[in-house]
Parts: sequence; structure tokens; C-alpha cells
Amino acid sequence: MSTKFSLEELELKANDIRQDIIKMLECAGSGHSAGPLGLADIFSALYFDVLKHNPAKPNWNQRDILLLSNGHCAPVLYATMAHAGYFDKKELLTLRKFNSRLQGHPERQRLPGLENTSGPLGCGLSQACGMALAMRMNKDKFRWIYVVMGDGEQDEGNIWEGAMLASKYKISNIICISDRNNIQIDGPTETVMPLEDLHAKWESFGWYVIEVDGNNIEAVIDACAMAKAVVEKPVMIIAHTVPGKGVDFMEYDFHWHGVPPNHEEAIKALHELRTLQGKIRSEHE
Amino acid sequence: MNESINIEDVDSGKIISEPMKIGYSRGLAEAGRKNENVVAVSSDVAGSTGTEAFAKEFPERFIEVGVAEQNLVTVGSGLAAMGKMPFVAAYGAFSPGRNWEQIRTTICLNDRPVKIVGTHVGLSDAPDGATHQMLEDIALMRVLPNMTVIAPCDSIEAAKATIALANYNHPAYMRIARDDTPIITTPKTAFQIGKAYVWAEGKDITIISTGRMTYHALQAAEKLYKDGIDLEVIHCPTIKPLDAVTILHSVKKTGLVITAEEAQINGGLGGVVSELLGEEHPVPIKRIGMRDHFGESGSPEELFEHFGLTANHICLAAHEMISKYKKEEK
Repeated sequence: MSTKFSLEELELKANDIRQDIIKMLECAGSGHSAGPLGLADIFSALYFDVLKHNPAKPNWNQRDILLLSNGHCAPVLYATMAHAGYFDKKELLTLRKFNSRLQGHPERQRLPGLENTSGPLGCGLSQACGMALAMRMNKDKFRWIYVVMGDGEQDEGNIWEGAMLASKYKISNIICISDRNNIQIDGPTETVMPLEDLHAKWESFGWYVIEVDGNNIEAVIDACAMAKAVVEKPVMIIAHTVPGKGVDFMEYDFHWHGVPPNHEEAIKALHELRTLQGKIRSEHE
Repeated sequence: MNESINIEDVDSGKIISEPMKIGYSRGLAEAGRKNENVVAVSSDVAGSTGTEAFAKEFPERFIEVGVAEQNLVTVGSGLAAMGKMPFVAAYGAFSPGRNWEQIRTTICLNDRPVKIVGTHVGLSDAPDGATHQMLEDIALMRVLPNMTVIAPCDSIEAAKATIALANYNHPAYMRIARDDTPIITTPKTAFQIGKAYVWAEGKDITIISTGRMTYHALQAAEKLYKDGIDLEVIHCPTIKPLDAVTILHSVKKTGLVITAEEAQINGGLGGVVSELLGEEHPVPIKRIGMRDHFGESGSPEELFEHFGLTANHICLAAHEMISKYKKEEK
């Protein structure tokens, strides 16, 4: 993308993406709310600033790769892709419907611009490793591979197998972003299966670790820039996010991990997002 | 008998044997020389799976992931995403034994041309016991959409299958046995993915066999011929997609079927053939293979005898079927 957006524009895009997530989930009648809302700032930063990509040419051979490892957060990926111009925003309301390209969990072959098929957790990083090693063998022009993964997902052993491999082969063009929102489907991560000390875990696996406020777009962009300056090591950005971010009654509540808003809740949520939780007046009032 | 197979030596017992991994190893290196996109991944079993020679010849195209079979196949998926033709080999008990879901999601649903090679399958890892004797792999792999399943009968066919798979742009699983296996094919024997071959013509019973059991089926055919039973032997190295045309053509002639495999008959070749015949041409069928048991430690010969997988067991099954269904004719 050649256009550089201002921070304010990126924040507005994140808000628009959140509104679309609410509309999509309400229309679908099922799906995950908390994770996608919490990730909207990260996705706005990635698709409108960080990533080298071209929505008109999804298979461009010099694009950066973004792998969504926690496939249940598909709504934020789809909404952001639509805003970036990969497809018409009208299609967003087909999420989870029969014959839609927007499957409940992303299927690569259904929609141009998807790099992987995910949903079953823990597989994104290893696929990124395979891609990076293939690029190295191909002597490709240098490209970045971003992996967005959940925190609860890190209960999976496959993640740590990939972590060891990336470190062994000094795969420095992988930048992982952990959505550290502290919830998973059955409760707080530290109750279900404690992950802390997550920073020390990744560091001890040979990764360079950055911690950042994942709802601060500027901080996310800065962290990605810093990650690119690290050589010989893969980088893990632990992005602390608020699950359900932007919708007061969803924030921090793990019960919103895997359910959509109903019609009344959606109206309430959209009102909150349009008024920035009551801070401004909305034209929709 | 089909002239392109080595049946003379089967009869005389002078047959040469070698592990199928030698064939895999040769095939992989040859495929690697022809196509620079062929790469190999190992989970700490490069020596015992036959991957080592490739790794030595093409060190920059070899990846060692450690004892991590979930990683093995997901790294394979990533390599394939960037245009590589990855061969990922490990003991069948661990891959596809441990990593079935990763194979399902990141390889099959994703339709990436990763070649999964399961070694030490069937009862061939005899002394290691039930934990290492992979008997459920055919069933596990054949139910996956987009997956192809291959079981060569010897090292020469394993090499041919490997080369064919290196030019095949979809997911596939190939199972190979560990120990010395009689070489019954020659470099001239035909092999094509998706084809079954009539290796001995007969009119009384059709036996459809895969992997190492074809050797035993050919031995049984010789013995039965002396008893006045004319066995048609179909070697079926591709279990999926099944060569229904060749099988139905034979079965319509003979009207009786035996299947033989070194695997669980439930969901294995026995299951595959039963499903086909149940829908298309129902006839009596006897399935030789593992009947819902795990294996155990022993020598391969002891285990084959104990679990009923020898040529004699095939002969017995044939006699039973003839006396039950064709007695009047005989």
C-alpha cells in the first residue's frame, strides 16, 4: 500500500472494523466476539500500515504473508480485508452462511488473500516456518511473515515445536503477534492453564520478545518496526489487548469468547462504538 | 502369470529381499535430482526412514524438526505453500498416527501437495511390539478428502511410487514396511497412481492384495493352482483412489473375493473393497488382515503366522470359499 494513513485515520478504521464485526456476528447468529474486537487495532495497523500487500493482486509474489493461526478470529480478518479492498464490504454479511466465501473459520481456497486454513489451534507458526525455510531455499527476495496467534492457543504443543524450529534455523523474518487478552473459552487463561511467565517462555526458546499495548495502534506499528530490526532471531510481540474492546458489556468477560451479540445487544454495541463509549455524539442518534 | 513380475523366484524361493526404505531412498534422491523443489523433512528418523541419503546429497533441501510429528507435517504444509514438493517421513505409528488433525486441516482441506511417508508399518516393526506396529494408517488416511493412499509391495515399486508422487500435485500418503521384503517387481513392471494390476489371471476367485501381502497372494496362487483352484491376483498399490474398473471386471468373472493386507481390515483395503462391491456388485468376500487386534513383539514370521497373514491362510480361505459357494461347480 502506498498511501500512508494518519494515526487518527487508522483508529477510525479500527472502529469501523469493530462495527462491521458486530454486524457480521449478529447476522450470522454464531461466532466469536471478544477476540476479533480486541484484535481490531492490530489488524488496522497491519493491513493499513505494516504489511506490504496489494488487494488487487492477492498472489503478488513479493507480498508479506499474514497467517491467522487462531482461525476463530476470522471476523476481524474478513472485515479488515474488506476495508482494505480485497472484496466488497457487502459480502461481510454472508459470514457463516451457505455458499459464502467467508467460512466460519478461514479456508484458504475459498477466498483470495487468505494464506492458510485455520481453526484447529496451534498450527500457524509451524506453517510460517515451512514458508520461511522454502523462501530461504528459493533465495526469494526478502519477505516478512506475520503470524497472529491467540494466547489460549499456546496451550497447544504444536506451537512450542514450531517455536523451537524457528529458533534453531534463526528464522528472523517471522514476526509473531500474540493476542494476550487473558481469556479463553472456558475462563481466564491463568485458571484454565497458566501461561505466565509467557515473556520468559518465549525468550528461553530463543526468541526476541517485545511487549506492547495491543490496543494502541501506534505502539503496534512501532513494535513491528522494532521487530524488523532484530537479526538472527524470530520475534514474538506479546500484544496485551482487552477482549471485547470498545463494547463495555463485552470487555474483559470471557463469556463473550465464543458467542455473538443478539439484535438488542448489537444495537447497544454499535451505539457504543459510534459514540466511542459515550465520549462523542453519533449522527445515528 | 504376468511377465513383468519376478514370479519365477517366488516359486523357487531364491528371491532377493531388501527393505522398502532403500527404494524410497533411491526414489527420493532421483526425484530430487530431477526437480529442485523436492525437499525432505525428518523428525529425528532420517536414518531409519531412508531420508538420510537425500539429506547428504541435498543438505540445503533437508529440514530436521526433531521428535515433533505435528511440526513435521505443518512445516511440510508451509513448504508446499511456497512451491516446494515436501516428503515428510516418519514411523507410521507417529505420522500419521499422532498428527492426523494437522494433516486434515493444513494439508488435505488446504490441498497442499505434501507427501507423507509412513515407515515401519504393518507388523514389520515386529520386535518393537504393538506401540510401533502401525495397522490403522490406511483407515486413517483414506477417509480424508483430497488424500491419496499408496502401499507399494517392494523396494522397486516404492522407488517408482516416490518418483510418481514427486510429480503429483495433491496430498498423498505412502506406507512402507521396515524389514527385508521380497523383490517381486522389476524396473519394467508398470506402476501408475490409481491403477491396480492383474498379476496372475484366474477364473475361480479374485484376490485383491496390497503392500507386502501381494507376495503372499502370489505364493498362494501357485499352491492353489496345484489344488485345482484358479486364483486371479490383483495387486492394488493404490488403495485410494481405488481402481474400480479393474476390480469389478475381475469380480464379475470370478464371483468370489479375498482381500489381503498387513493392516486392520476395518477401514483398510478389506473395507474399501467391501464398500465398492456392496454398492456395485455384491459377492461373497473374505478379508485377510488384522481383525480388530493390536500386534505384539515377536519375529515377523511368528506374527504373520499368529495373525493369519501367510500364503497358507490365504489358501485355506480360498478352499473354504470354494466349498461354501462353488462346490457344485467343482
